[in-house]
Amino acid sequence: MPLDWSPLWVGVRYAGLATLLAILAAVPLAWFLAHRRFPGCELLDATASLPLVLPPAVLVYYLLTLLGPLDFSWHAAVAVSAIYTLPLLFRMTRAGLEAVDHSFENAARGLGAGEWRTFWLVTVPLAWRALLAAFLAGFARAFVDFAVTALLANAASTGPAVWQLLPVAAVALAALYIGNRARRRRVLA
Amino acid sequence: MIQVRLAAHGMDVEFQASSGITALFGAAGAGKTVILDAIAGFITPASGRIILDDEILFDAASGVNLPPRRRHCGYIARHWALFPHMSLHDNLLFPLAGLPRRERHRRVKEMLERFALLEAAQRRPHDVLPAERLRATVARALIGEPRLLLVDEPADGLDIALRAVWVQILRMVRDETSLPVLLAARDPETCFEMAGNMLLLDAGRILQSGPPRRVFDQPVGVEAARLLGIRNLFPAEIVALDPGRNTSRLRLETFDLNGPYLPGRLRGDRVWLCVEPGQLHATPHDGSKPSANQVAARLERAAEMPRAVRLEFAGGIVAEIARREFEPDRDNEEWLVEFPPHALRVLGCP
Repeated sequence: MPLDWSPLWVGVRYAGLATLLAILAAVPLAWFLAHRRFPGCELLDATASLPLVLPPAVLVYYLLTLLGPLDFSWHAAVAVSAIYTLPLLFRMTRAGLEAVDHSFENAARGLGAGEWRTFWLVTVPLAWRALLAAFLAGFARAFVDFAVTALLANAASTGPAVWQLLPVAAVALAALYIGNRARRRRVLA
Repeated sequence: MIQVRLAAHGMDVEFQASSGITALFGAAGAGKTVILDAIAGFITPASGRIILDDEILFDAASGVNLPPRRRHCGYIARHWALFPHMSLHDNLLFPLAGLPRRERHRRVKEMLERFALLEAAQRRPHDVLPAERLRATVARALIGEPRLLLVDEPADGLDIALRAVWVQILRMVRDETSLPVLLAARDPETCFEMAGNMLLLDAGRILQSGPPRRVFDQPVGVEAARLLGIRNLFPAEIVALDPGRNTSRLRLETFDLNGPYLPGRLRGDRVWLCVEPGQLHATPHDGSKPSANQVAARLERAAEMPRAVRLEFAGGIVAEIARREFEPDRDNEEWLVEFPPHALRVLGCP
């Protein structure tokens, strides 16, 4: 039986979009929590991490309760996927940003750079391996969740699901592998 | 001219410093780095005021708190903090972002020449010699023409050669610019040699301030003396004072000593006495009766140093003698230690 590549392609697109959305929310949040202390910052951290400990069914149930019944649209799928992948991405990004030696960032500030310039010219280049690892892990998670759900839903019409899961698993594994390698090299560097 | 008053993070200090090097000296945790960080704007003190050349950088009362980028303070961090992902050239370029391109490159080239970094300019910090890294750190701190230089002395991990480079750089900064420099010093020798003024810090308080020569010669008390690494500190009581003969008699725990006259002191005063280890004379005890100002002492430990031997006796007496003098009596345990009257110092102003 020839492999059907379309679920893979759909999965990559949806997971990619979801990861992008999650990055847009997670990076500023992680930067803020890594650099600023304010009352309630740990509460905010815990709230952002909440979806990590909720079973998907519970999360979807609450989202449906909150938003009302949804038709299966790709917007909704991507949004749910982004919410689901956010905590992992956020936690890893925060850890990566906090691992940057503050003396480099302080040096940049002392040399006349504002926060924006410090972030792009100093923090990101020093933390890029950790950030890449975070993004890839986030992507892998979004990808696996989305693809498995979509595939299982269509399993009856397309035959045994296990065949179609193979490329999915391969892409997820590759993302995790590259992410892990990047993280390990950062530790060794 | 910088004026600082801080009462936060366990600190309570007030001082001012003008051009030349002002050293902050104290044990680890005394608050040296906190003071520098507060002036640079990396931490926000709960209360206090920092004024640099008539501009208020920070004032808790009126809520003024300039961000670090607007304070124009050069900062040399303890671990140098050259950006590891940029070449030395780009590190020097970093502070000049607002200037026209031509001006930026002119200034970088000038600085690279001044600090002998032209050859290493295109390499990253990890690929250059430590001495070049050190020079680049200072060059980067100076290139933005700061109004004040804050230096967290990178003394730990400096070998002898690097220390010489470091002292040479500090001397250059001191002599060729009129910048006020605040130096969190870790090494008493650098402090003594380079600084025009020093603040002796202990647990967030200033114990003593003044020119290093005066601080080292006349510590205000036993705490200050300990921080300065002064050995041979003994509690004593003044039992006699004779201004006519310019002498005094001091009673220590187990022996008496003749000292110089102590102006401003009274008989019965309890004081701390100190003697430099190098000024004590130690000779093997041949069994004869000790003469005046000689004390019989048992040797507990002898530590060989490059140019001398440090003898540690029972009762906390430490003497240093030349190695060739120690060699013939290496196995001797009983010694006579002589305290020359002129070497005795009484701590603190009366």
